[in-house]
Amino acid sequence: MPDSVLSTHELHKAFGALRASEGISIRLLHGEIHAIIGPNGAGKSTLIAQICGSLRPDSGRVTFLGRDVTALPTEARARMGLARTFQTSALAMDQTVMQNVLLGALGASGRPWRFLSRVARDAGLRDTAEAALLETGLQDLARLRTAELSHGQRRQLEVAVALTQAPRAFVMDEPMAGLGAEGSRHLTGFLDRLRTRAPILLVEHDMDAVFALADRITVLVYGRVIATGSVEDIRADPLVRDAYLGDGA
Amino acid sequence: MNREWLLNAALLAGLVVVPGWAVWADEPFTIMLATRAVIFALAAAGLNIALGLGGLVSLGHAVFFGIGGYAMGVLASHAQNYTPLYDGVFTIQGTKSMPVIWLAAAVTSGLAAWLIGVLSLRTSGAYFIMITLAFGQMAYFFAISWPAYGGEDGLSIYVRNGFPGLNTLDPIQFYGLCLAWLCLVLWGYARLRRSPFGLALDSARQVPDRVRAVGLDPRRLQLVALVLSGAVTGLAGALFADLNRFVSPSMLSWQMSGEIIVFVIIGGVARLFGPVAGAVFYVMMEHWLGGISDYWQIFLGLVLLAVVLFGRGGLIGMICGKGRPDA
Ligand SMILES: Nc1ncnc2c1ncn2[C@@H]1O[C@H](COP(=O)(O)OP(=O)(O)OP(=O)(O)O)[C@@H](O)[C@H]1O
Ligand SMILES: [Mg+2]
Repeated sequence: MPDSVLSTHELHKAFGALRASEGISIRLLHGEIHAIIGPNGAGKSTLIAQICGSLRPDSGRVTFLGRDVTALPTEARARMGLARTFQTSALAMDQTVMQNVLLGALGASGRPWRFLSRVARDAGLRDTAEAALLETGLQDLARLRTAELSHGQRRQLEVAVALTQAPRAFVMDEPMAGLGAEGSRHLTGFLDRLRTRAPILLVEHDMDAVFALADRITVLVYGRVIATGSVEDIRADPLVRDAYLGDGA
Repeated sequence: MNREWLLNAALLAGLVVVPGWAVWADEPFTIMLATRAVIFALAAAGLNIALGLGGLVSLGHAVFFGIGGYAMGVLASHAQNYTPLYDGVFTIQGTKSMPVIWLAAAVTSGLAAWLIGVLSLRTSGAYFIMITLAFGQMAYFFAISWPAYGGEDGLSIYVRNGFPGLNTLDPIQFYGLCLAWLCLVLWGYARLRRSPFGLALDSARQVPDRVRAVGLDPRRLQLVALVLSGAVTGLAGALFADLNRFVSPSMLSWQMSGEIIVFVIIGGVARLFGPVAGAVFYVMMEHWLGGISDYWQIFLGLVLLAVVLFGRGGLIGMICGKGRPDA
């Protein structure tokens, strides 16, 4: 498999009797947006957690940039360029918007052991942070406390932090959640342009966004992959219509 | 320039003016009280790195305070008895030189902090508190049962240690040294808070998952914070032992740990001058109310209760309101 940036091989994970991942093998290719869809509790976030390293699979492998990263901790995978956004925003609410993006840039720089210099005066970090804010349209909010942001702005900030990380692949868990129609459309356009920078593994409930963006879609139900294919394949798949999409789709 | 800045400046001015007045009025006892307050503030400023910036509730900081104290006691007692501290492959002599003692105190307490951190940072919340408390108790009982250095009775030093160019027996000169350390550490704290490390540490406290997701290890950040914190508190311990010319296991007791935490909480957790406000307030209460009643700590308890219930920002927070993040 030459072109796969990120892949999982036969991932299994059980929480007691609950099988959250049952032999999941997926691949993320260069330049693509690969959407993972499935009903609530299907195991999408559990899959992401195993890919990013916050959860150990019971068995199976995760490969990133040609390297088996299954045994690596989250931070090592992140340093390789795996940029993640969280389903529920993981932002430092007491910090400014700028500080949140600076942290991402700092992580990517790999040089946190500086104790007396001002982080906000580090030109390199600042440039990275400001570029990410500009790209996500948050530049005017840089000095605001993160707690004062609207829900939608926080979702954008999640993406901005990921942008600072010199990403080789994005892993996004429901970035559109709670955004509203306008916000979703906006972010859809943004992610569409982002795929040229690094491929995106996109978990998303918003079907309009998924159908607009995805090069390929994987459908997860009860921890199993029931289908993988192009948007047309998935729309046409009777099994998927049955299990997930309903007849409206 | 805001209110907190003014209050900090006023506190600092007080720490210069009051002892200055005491010299003029020939009130050495006041200078002693001020020295005590400044050393407590230094110990608490050390804790504030772990607790305020790192969010690590350590109930074992007396370990570092005590190790600093014993570093001074051990080195000075060997020097005054003219016996080597270690005589084997090479020889380590005792010393009466403050700079050497300070270095020894900071390094040994920093090492202790590293060891405790490696073992305790796997846990968090109440477990972390309990483990730091347990280490404190171990150190306490170890000191009690270690006869070489006085055991339960502690260790007396006849003459205060020396600093090049100063007469440390003069209360105000020793006070000046302690105050200089406090200022240096507060300056360092202010820098640390805005540094790359400070940002990463603050984030590790608020959102450890995010810190991992950007490629940093929150535990290592917290470990380094704990080492810095322990080293500063250890330094304060060495100064405290020098102030009293005496060190005993009580410096390692959990009550001492509690007092150091109380300084920080009363003054204001994570506030630059919180440890100063808390320690000064404590020493003033101890002096005035302690003169009226042996049960003065009941009153202190009430103050603590009021601070915790009505202002999470301690005295500084009550006067200046909530702190703002600085970009
Ligand atoms: N740490 C855990 N311990 C026990 N069960 C868990 C744990 N994490 C997830 N689960 C369970 O595993 C199943 C899959 O959860 P997961 O969060 O991966 O679903 P999801 O597809 O992301 O759902 P949603 O669309 O609601 O975000 C759920 O039934 C959930 O309750
Ligand atoms: Mg989920």
